[in-house]
Amino acid sequence: MSASTIAMRALLDSMPYARFLGVRADMAGDEMTGVLPYGDHLIGNPLLPALHGGVIGAFMELTAVAQLYLAQGQMRMPKTIDVSIDYLRSGRPVDTYARAHVTKIGRRIANVHVEAWQDSRSSPIAALRGHFLVSPKDE
Amino acid sequence: MNTPDDPSDALRNSVHLLLDGMPQARALGLKLDALEPGRAVLRVPYDTRLVGDLDTGVMHGGVVTTLLDNTCGVAVATAMQIPTSIATLDLRIDYMRAAEPGRDIIGLAVCTKMTRTIAFVRATAYTDTPDDPVATAQAAFILDSNAGRVAGANLKPRVS
Repeated sequence: MSASTIAMRALLDSMPYARFLGVRADMAGDEMTGVLPYGDHLIGNPLLPALHGGVIGAFMELTAVAQLYLAQGQMRMPKTIDVSIDYLRSGRPVDTYARAHVTKIGRRIANVHVEAWQDSRSSPIAALRGHFLVSPKDE
Repeated sequence: MNTPDDPSDALRNSVHLLLDGMPQARALGLKLDALEPGRAVLRVPYDTRLVGDLDTGVMHGGVVTTLLDNTCGVAVATAMQIPTSIATLDLRIDYMRAAEPGRDIIGLAVCTKMTRTIAFVRATAYTDTPDDPVATAQAAFILDSNAGRVAGANLKPRVS
């Protein structure tokens, strides 16, 4: 098991909310895919049924923060400043995956893009763009 | 005194049914604090299962995201003359401060504009007063989002 995998597991285990959602991170070396396994409690619209939009947003934000935490050598937890979430397709009652791309880490601010998908990576169900407060590099 | 036929009671009852039928709203223990057509106040009771940082005991930002999304949805649902299904199109949130541990977080949303296809909403999350926000949000919702889809449509994989 790689050091990143151990660090990621420790991070998610330490967050009750991550356990409430059921989020886990699949690591391939230092490449991280966030995974939100399907759970009945994650549903919003029961008719389709569709995952709750807030849950999809929270999952993408968690993925972004976890990716930043890894990118910064697990020094300190990043703090979310703002997020902008686009809902593209309704979330089906199946597992959801997310990948975060760190567009920039500055001295104090990081910009991260996240895409979430289910059946097909090329048909994302949602996207998030967020700004995060990160610890200064010289700390 | 509200008679059994009081429309504000009927509206409140229909929102209670709406929240009861939404598994994530139930899982968070969301409560309806106040309601007028197009204006909703929901509350998420403090719960240690929802904490993000065990050292501080503060509930995770994702709880605020879900509270705001849900409160905005209720504001839209109650603003419609003819109720239809709705779905979030986009949601922008500014996180201003951490909520104090142990405190319930309250969401207040107002539907500011409704067209034939889209509803626009502004919302605030707070612990004591909306003048000291934990977070503020703006959202757009699609109206009649279930259009053309039968119940259980999401059970099959999408073609595209």
